[in-house]
Amino acid sequence: MKRLVPYIALAVFASVPLWLHDPYLLNAFITTGILIVAAMSLNLLLGYTGQLSLGHVAFFGIGAYTSALVSLGFDVELIGGIRVVHEPWPVWTGFVIGTLVAALCGYAVGKLSFKVRGAYFVIVTISFAEVVRLVALNWVELTQGPLALTSIPPMTLGVPGVGYLDFYSKQSNYYLVLAVLVVSYIVIQRLVYSRVGRAMIALKENESLAVSVGIDVTRYLVLAAVFSAGIAGAAGSLYAHYLKIIDPDVFAFLYTVTMVIMVISGGKGTLAGPIVGGLIFGFIPVAARSFATPEIQWILYGLLMIIIVFVLPKGIVPAVEKWFAAPSTRADPEPLQAKMHDTP
Amino acid sequence: MLHINGLVCRYGKVEALKGVTLSIGQGQLVALIGANGAGKSTTLRAISGILPSAAGRITFDGHDITKCSAREILSKGIAHCPEGRRVFPDMTVDENLDMGAYLRTDRREIAADRERIFGMFPRLAERRHQVAGTLSGGEQQMLAIGRAIMSKPRLMMFDEPSLGLAPNIVEQVFSIIDSIRKSGTTVLMVEQNAYSALEMCDYAYLLETGSIVLSGSGKDLIDDEHVRSAYLGG
Repeated sequence: MKRLVPYIALAVFASVPLWLHDPYLLNAFITTGILIVAAMSLNLLLGYTGQLSLGHVAFFGIGAYTSALVSLGFDVELIGGIRVVHEPWPVWTGFVIGTLVAALCGYAVGKLSFKVRGAYFVIVTISFAEVVRLVALNWVELTQGPLALTSIPPMTLGVPGVGYLDFYSKQSNYYLVLAVLVVSYIVIQRLVYSRVGRAMIALKENESLAVSVGIDVTRYLVLAAVFSAGIAGAAGSLYAHYLKIIDPDVFAFLYTVTMVIMVISGGKGTLAGPIVGGLIFGFIPVAARSFATPEIQWILYGLLMIIIVFVLPKGIVPAVEKWFAAPSTRADPEPLQAKMHDTP
Repeated sequence: MLHINGLVCRYGKVEALKGVTLSIGQGQLVALIGANGAGKSTTLRAISGILPSAAGRITFDGHDITKCSAREILSKGIAHCPEGRRVFPDMTVDENLDMGAYLRTDRREIAADRERIFGMFPRLAERRHQVAGTLSGGEQQMLAIGRAIMSKPRLMMFDEPSLGLAPNIVEQVFSIIDSIRKSGTTVLMVEQNAYSALEMCDYAYLLETGSIVLSGSGKDLIDDEHVRSAYLGG
């Protein structure tokens, strides 16, 4: 039964554009989906290695800007009068390069900051996000600064000579986001259930012990940071090509906080946690819109968050899993085998 | 087998080890005793490569391992059973044992070794699917020992194996350590429970504020006036 849940969920979500035609709701699904991908990437670091990246939005924004700039082209003069001109490239290359650049930044930040962990890691990530935001705001020649990068082309996939697929409509963007979400889910699942994932979990649970069984701490933390940043960058790229406009506000701290809330409420360190948490907190404002003013919406948002943290401190997904796992089977999974070992 | 020469370790500006020199012979059980803060755990941490050493030389089987990483040292055959939180609390007993074999790739033998450990500790076999955090203190210590065995070490280091355990469990743990030594594995043990440690060891070192002040057979140390008054309670 439990094995079927992801497939059922996928089937349900794949059917959404078939019966839901309200563009507002579809838009809410798409933006929530993008944030969920970002939250999943944060979960890889926060949930599986225990490192809190409070500047996670930096990777999201870097993916968004890189992808947009690759597909729009740019013409900038660097220090010393070196002129760099980039002709627009196909949009999918923007997506790939955006993902890679974000992953590279994840490598750099991880390499630099995992020597100092805990509170210092949090500070380094916040500072990193702030620096990147200031660059986006002030390097007007490249990023248009507060004027925003506009007319970003929509995602395009295709083979030269065969045909192209443009992601203009909301329906097609919905499926694009769903596809990226599924791929990210599989990548994270593969990673977490591999030797690498075991090492990450061991690190989170007891670091000195993990070192003593031969786990190379920095290597695995950096690896987690690279994958996490790359997936966040992919989400950022989707965001840029869906909205078709981005400004330095994509680096707002609020987005990081939203991702953290999604991960914590859904259940950090679980594959489904960020999805469940993301759907709930992505749709509260939508659901509340019909009966509450914006101020009341945010109060509801806050209240629900507090209630979840108090009532389900480990998050929704672990609580539900515990509920379904009958207590009798949990306490003594293999009573027969136990008895056999009892008599030496 | 293991030789340490003039080992110096620092935590910031504090010199925790001020030139420790000791050796362990093949198949021996060597005890390292001393008061809190004498540098016993630091010595083990330096040997296993968790803590970098500021000066001195550590050789294992003739190879210099002073600058090796924890991973390399483990793969050379030195396992470390750290004190305090000894297991991965959210992993099952099975998974904890597998973590001990993290650097090994011989799957079939790993499975065989796991069963062998369950033979040694029937209590663990009963609880193999239970998460380790729910085990009793004694069971957690057994699991920690089992996990160390899983790495197939030639030298096993125990840091305070009796800490926080009930007296009857302590005895059990010591007898397991003794049987590990009898099976041919060399053992280095740090213990506050000085009397038991001295009684069972082949050779012992006494650490005081970062230096070895006395060494000899376990019996020599038990008979020593200073050891008697300071560590054995008169």
